[in-house]
Amino acid sequence: MPRITVNGTVHDVDAEPETPLLWVLREQIGLTGTKYGCGIAVCGACTVHIGGMATRSCQVQLQDITPEDEITTIEGLSPDRTHPVQQAWLEVDVPQCGYCQSGQIMAAAALLANNPNPTDEDIAAEMTNICRCGTYNRIRAGIKRASELL
Amino acid sequence: MTRHFSLTRRGFLASVAAGGFALGFRIPAAAQDAATATTELNAWVVIHPDDTVVIRVARIEMGQGTLTGLAQLVAEELDADWEKVTWEYPTPGQNVARDRVWGAFGTYGSQGIRASQQYVREGGAAARAMLLQAAANRWGVDPATLTVSKGVISGPDGQTLRYGELAAEAAQVAVPAEIQLKDPSTWTIAGQPVKRLDTMGKLDGSQIYAIDMKLPGMVSAAIRQAPVMGSTVASFDAEAVMGMPGVQKVLQIDNDAVAVVADTWWRAKTALDALQIEWTESEHANLSMADIHAMLDEGLRSEDAFVGTQAGDVSAAVQNAANVVEAEYYFPWQHHATMEPMNATALVTADRCEVWVATQDAEAELAVASEASGLEIPQCEVYRVHLGGGFGRRASSHEYTRQAVLIAKEMPGTPVKLIWSREEDMIHGTFHPITKARMVGALDDQGNLTGLHMRISGQSILANLMPFMLEEGKDPFTFQGLNPDGEEGQFGYTVPNLLIDHAMRNPPVRPGFWRGVNNNQNAFYLETFMDELAHAAGRDPLEFRRAHMANHPRHLAVLEAAAEGIGWDTPPPDGVFRGLCQHMGYGSYVAAAAEVSVDDRGQLTIHRIVAATDPGNVVNPQQIEAQIEGSFAMGLSAALHGEITVEGGRIQQENYDTYPVITMWEMPAVESLIRPSGGFWGGVGEPTIFVAAPAVLNAVFAATGKRIRQLPLDSNSLRS
Repeated sequence: MPRITVNGTVHDVDAEPETPLLWVLREQIGLTGTKYGCGIAVCGACTVHIGGMATRSCQVQLQDITPEDEITTIEGLSPDRTHPVQQAWLEVDVPQCGYCQSGQIMAAAALLANNPNPTDEDIAAEMTNICRCGTYNRIRAGIKRASELL
Repeated sequence: MTRHFSLTRRGFLASVAAGGFALGFRIPAAAQDAATATTELNAWVVIHPDDTVVIRVARIEMGQGTLTGLAQLVAEELDADWEKVTWEYPTPGQNVARDRVWGAFGTYGSQGIRASQQYVREGGAAARAMLLQAAANRWGVDPATLTVSKGVISGPDGQTLRYGELAAEAAQVAVPAEIQLKDPSTWTIAGQPVKRLDTMGKLDGSQIYAIDMKLPGMVSAAIRQAPVMGSTVASFDAEAVMGMPGVQKVLQIDNDAVAVVADTWWRAKTALDALQIEWTESEHANLSMADIHAMLDEGLRSEDAFVGTQAGDVSAAVQNAANVVEAEYYFPWQHHATMEPMNATALVTADRCEVWVATQDAEAELAVASEASGLEIPQCEVYRVHLGGGFGRRASSHEYTRQAVLIAKEMPGTPVKLIWSREEDMIHGTFHPITKARMVGALDDQGNLTGLHMRISGQSILANLMPFMLEEGKDPFTFQGLNPDGEEGQFGYTVPNLLIDHAMRNPPVRPGFWRGVNNNQNAFYLETFMDELAHAAGRDPLEFRRAHMANHPRHLAVLEAAAEGIGWDTPPPDGVFRGLCQHMGYGSYVAAAAEVSVDDRGQLTIHRIVAATDPGNVVNPQQIEAQIEGSFAMGLSAALHGEITVEGGRIQQENYDTYPVITMWEMPAVESLIRPSGGFWGGVGEPTIFVAAPAVLNAVFAATGKRIRQLPLDSNSLRS
């Protein structure tokens, strides 16, 4: 049975090798914070970290993952919503419907880990996730604020 | 602001039956939770012994902030401690059981706050009065001698009581006969930019959306609906996929869909993808965009049309004009493309049907559950969760709920979660209607607009979804924002000879309500054409509009606010160009001004937007700003990129790769100017979306001399 490590916990997974990580997380492990939006790596709602890299989990198959890969989902970003991005999101009141925000937050956290002081251009280049409510300007402001909180 | 209430329970119930939304409808004592001793003061207010105030919210939260706004209004009248306010959704089944004490659940038409503000405020005010009376009774004083702040009542001798201590007694006090609501100018909770109440769960993945539902023993279903509109299921080879991992059932739903049920959705979808389905030939199998354009073009010049607004004699005005300007426009089908695809979870037994669904109209869902399950309404229930986007898609067509119930009915006692793939969601949308317009304007030798004929040709939402709302065949919604009078959406100009009419042409592609609805194309047509007229008259677009707006001071006020905000009277930076527009809809006045540049390759950059809105009263300025920002994201997304097309009777776009939407790099800075003039209650969630496209497209004209009359912008070249 395939074995994967999510948020520091090892799971044995009963799923076919081709199953996307997104659906392993949601349906096998029960972590539904990672969202299904498009299934074709466009929208970014399924963004998680694999070894710290922001990754669209709908395009990663179970068979591509080893138990040594450290997968972090929104549920594992911080134990108590105190990651700077989460704090900033609360301060700026970023979410509207919120459905895309798990992916946005994971993408923003990865961006800041690599680039603690991103410019607007850096943010626009890296933050390619879709938000239909249109929270983009608050996401940008939230990333700037999170940068101060790092 | 005084309203009278019946003192007696009998009279109270009568007022409910008469359509009034009333206070103090007590739940039976047995239904009260003895363990926590929570007390329902009325339908809107529940108070816990620890002073927690639970505010019941009948309208749904889909991102638009209504949940927080409604809670602010109740808490304001209650004089609650905002830090102790929480909320809950009553269910439609409870609403039915209690004679619709919560009124309408429907959340659309930007009415979440404006259509319920009166009775929710009364609910808060009545609960406050009852709490004061309970304190007065305890202390043996006149309630008029008491003061209250943040849920603490103070007596004349300095004694205090907390709401949590008094709630049980207050629930026994008579419902007040008279309610005095606060003047909005005295508000301290409402009117303030308080943070949303629903953010925490959206930061750590703990917010449960309908698609996240987990129930014991639950199975999941994937569905394929006829890809060519009008075709039906001819046959399918269920046996071929029954042996695939996790598959439990393959079944036809109605005559046009096949579902696969498995232990997980991914396995259900995998099997569905492998399933061979034969479809019948449809009468629409050859339907193409060429047919649809021809149908709409014919309507642009048809003799017959439904008249929306008429004044004077447009033909004579055109004949006598010094200058006649004509132009034709096109607004294509748009998709809601909510981030959360359509889905529903259903559990059906012999005598009960329960549904968990993201919906803008839970009462309609309850009816769907009843009809699909064959059970009576009291045997059904719909549980509500926040929506992963609505925008109108979840307001009127609830076929996903019907399908989930039909599947669950075949598996009694087993909860079934049906999820539409993104592709199913996109192909089977309820699209922003397709229309064209032919605009003819008559200018006199002074450059004044003496006549205007606006002919709209195209699809009617009501004819398709709610034909009972047609008026002798006419769809009155078609004329949103173009009405000669009324509080909902008034035409903002005075034109002596005016004809606005609609040649209804309904292609067989399902239309739906899409954020802003018909205001979107109407504002695009009218406000872009007003810009054309201004240029034809050789006048400044602001000055030209202003000259025709003397009778519409509120329209003009927001337009001037936006113009001032963008700096209309001062030159823009080198290479930057401006456009502006205004429109009224959903009871609010909105305007926008844009600054853009277009480079040599024709690449558009939208630098800055200034948007002004007058919604009458402001419940939460921060949430209004968020809705304004979001309106530009969605409105510009449609204007720049959005187009749904049909070929061979099949929708051509299946996902965000072929129906692109705006992302961060294109999103302009948005400055919001909130200018409430008071005395009325306008909507917020939709109005600003109307002005997104025309403001930017008028600026594009200023930058390039190219008039964009066919949306989306992507189908045009801006290369010089």
